[in-house]
Amino acid sequence: MRKFERVEAVAAPLDAPNVDTDQIIPARFLWRARADGYGALLFNDLRTDADGAARPDFVLNRPACQGASVLVADRNFGCGSSREHAVWALADAGFRVVIAPSFGDIFFNNSFKNGLLPVVLPEARCAELRAALARNPGAKLVVDLEAQTVTGPLGVNDGFGTDHFEVDAFRRQLLLSGMDDITFTLSQQDRIAAFEAGFKADMPWI
Amino acid sequence: MTMAQAASPATLFDKIWARHTIQERPDGATLLHVARHLVHDGSRAGFRALQEKGLPVRHPERTFGTPDHYVSTKSHDLAAIAEPNRREMVTALTANAKQHGITLFDLGDVRQGIVHVIGPEQGITQPGLLMVCGDSHTATHGALGALAFGIGASEVSHVLATQTLWQSRPRAMRVAVEGTLGAGVTPKDVILAIIARIGAAGGTGHVIEYAGPVFRAMSMEGRLTVCNMSIEAGARAGMVAPDETTFAYLRGRPYAPQGAMWDRAMAYWRSLPSDPGATFAREVVLDGAAIEPMVTWGTSPEDAAPVSGAVPDPARAPTAERRDAMARALAYMGLQPGTAIEAIPVDRVFIGSCTNARIEDLRSAAAVARGRTARIPAMVVAGSGLVKAQAEAEGLHKVFLEAGFEWREPGCSMCVGMNGDLVAPGERCASTSNRNFVGRQGRGARTHLVSPAMAAAAAIGGRMTDVRKLMAGGA
Repeated sequence: MRKFERVEAVAAPLDAPNVDTDQIIPARFLWRARADGYGALLFNDLRTDADGAARPDFVLNRPACQGASVLVADRNFGCGSSREHAVWALADAGFRVVIAPSFGDIFFNNSFKNGLLPVVLPEARCAELRAALARNPGAKLVVDLEAQTVTGPLGVNDGFGTDHFEVDAFRRQLLLSGMDDITFTLSQQDRIAAFEAGFKADMPWI
Repeated sequence: MTMAQAASPATLFDKIWARHTIQERPDGATLLHVARHLVHDGSRAGFRALQEKGLPVRHPERTFGTPDHYVSTKSHDLAAIAEPNRREMVTALTANAKQHGITLFDLGDVRQGIVHVIGPEQGITQPGLLMVCGDSHTATHGALGALAFGIGASEVSHVLATQTLWQSRPRAMRVAVEGTLGAGVTPKDVILAIIARIGAAGGTGHVIEYAGPVFRAMSMEGRLTVCNMSIEAGARAGMVAPDETTFAYLRGRPYAPQGAMWDRAMAYWRSLPSDPGATFAREVVLDGAAIEPMVTWGTSPEDAAPVSGAVPDPARAPTAERRDAMARALAYMGLQPGTAIEAIPVDRVFIGSCTNARIEDLRSAAAVARGRTARIPAMVVAGSGLVKAQAEAEGLHKVFLEAGFEWREPGCSMCVGMNGDLVAPGERCASTSNRNFVGRQGRGARTHLVSPAMAAAAAIGGRMTDVRKLMAGGA
């Protein structure tokens, strides 16, 4: 798994609630192999017209947002389908962090598996950050997983600041170490086998 | 059962969670045993990751598969999947199942179908089991009192390799619907009304238990429809406590326990319902009698209105954020505020999906279509080969064909369009599926989520039509 420690990068604001995984990556692309890469297809139908031309009004097409690695979104980001391709598309396009008031549960879980850190901040605070980014296009945020903080650009106040975030301790540990969770789980073989024996004895009909 | 339930009253969710907990770390991360794992033709990436690590499937006997997302609904001949890349999704499942010794209900097998239809149908889904599948609509299986939720591709490979999953514990939420439903009001309308009330993120971080007289009186097919859309309320899972309806549904199904094992299983199943006094992090109560047939007007399942209502006005939205989201949704949907729901014209009808492709759904739609004629293209896609066979035995296919509806082979079809069953740009579809997201049924497609009866009524009327008027005998 890709390690995550600290990211300092351009942040892009995405001002819509309920951005579902169908919008992040439309279903017609899902047959592609993981190795083919999904970055160019991120937000395909929001980013481009039906003829493939870039939509200048879409936030990630703006010059100031080029190279963005942090996305500040709204409520229920990544809701809908379980497709991990949504996380792959964000990660392949260079994103390392998504900040939002809430996430679709499965998207949230998928993110950690791919070195993409989902950060939950209060709804009002996310709105302030998006507004600050709109006023300061191209501004960089620092996301520090060790310290569990999101910090605005040095010397710029204007709605930025330092925000502390909570993160599941186990997932944080895996991300900081870059350890693959299958490898970790397989190290618990004995415990799993003992549980399975008891489960089978109690529920032999399964 | 060595369950620590003496200490304090537990919910249905608490009991299943506890029964499957292998280890809870001090930091709260819990390693859970997966009793049954379902795979489908979209699970290729999960198998591939396993292969790359050189790992075997730990419990192939607890893993069941069927192709559904990419299969053609015109014919179940593999050659009917014209695009080689999509055909390869289906053939990869066949190869993976064979290689790992997984039970597969493949094309050509009458038991093939949408994974969330065949799990319950085969009796693979049972009360008190923790089940997962690489598909968000896995919540469906909670209708039988299982704890079932969707996972991503990495988690699929984790489950294949270890038969376990790391999870943080969700909170329990109770949604009660009191009273009784009116005529023409279906389980689909109930869940759309619930989502309209609590919002598309209303269940985030929670597992919903659906309780109260409306669910107690509801058939298993209806409960499957309700639990299916729990994810559209943001919930990790939805469940209904097992009862006599559940047991009667399960008895005799191929993978359900038989004989003495049935009695042992029943002892466990009867211990599952939430204890009196069990606490829920959140409780919501709706009045069943107040629920009408529902129609979505926007691009989130929370954007639903009763059929007697009108498209809402963004200007009256409670917040600026909501106003903007509504305006965007109405622009995409090509709708004006204040338009009566029944004045919305419809171009196409889709009856199918893991939400509404079971026998009761088809009976309900056929009852409306019987002796009438569709004014617009309409398509019926049964949820499984067995549902299709049952419908044909009852003559429902003739009712649909005589009314001008298409009668297709089982698969996910136009719910998500991965197999090429798409709604054209700008076209308006009354659909019994679960998501009205932007582009869900095809780029630029406009989806209105409705019940099977309402979908049939829309086909007959060529516009949104209150099915209760057709039931009353008026046409």
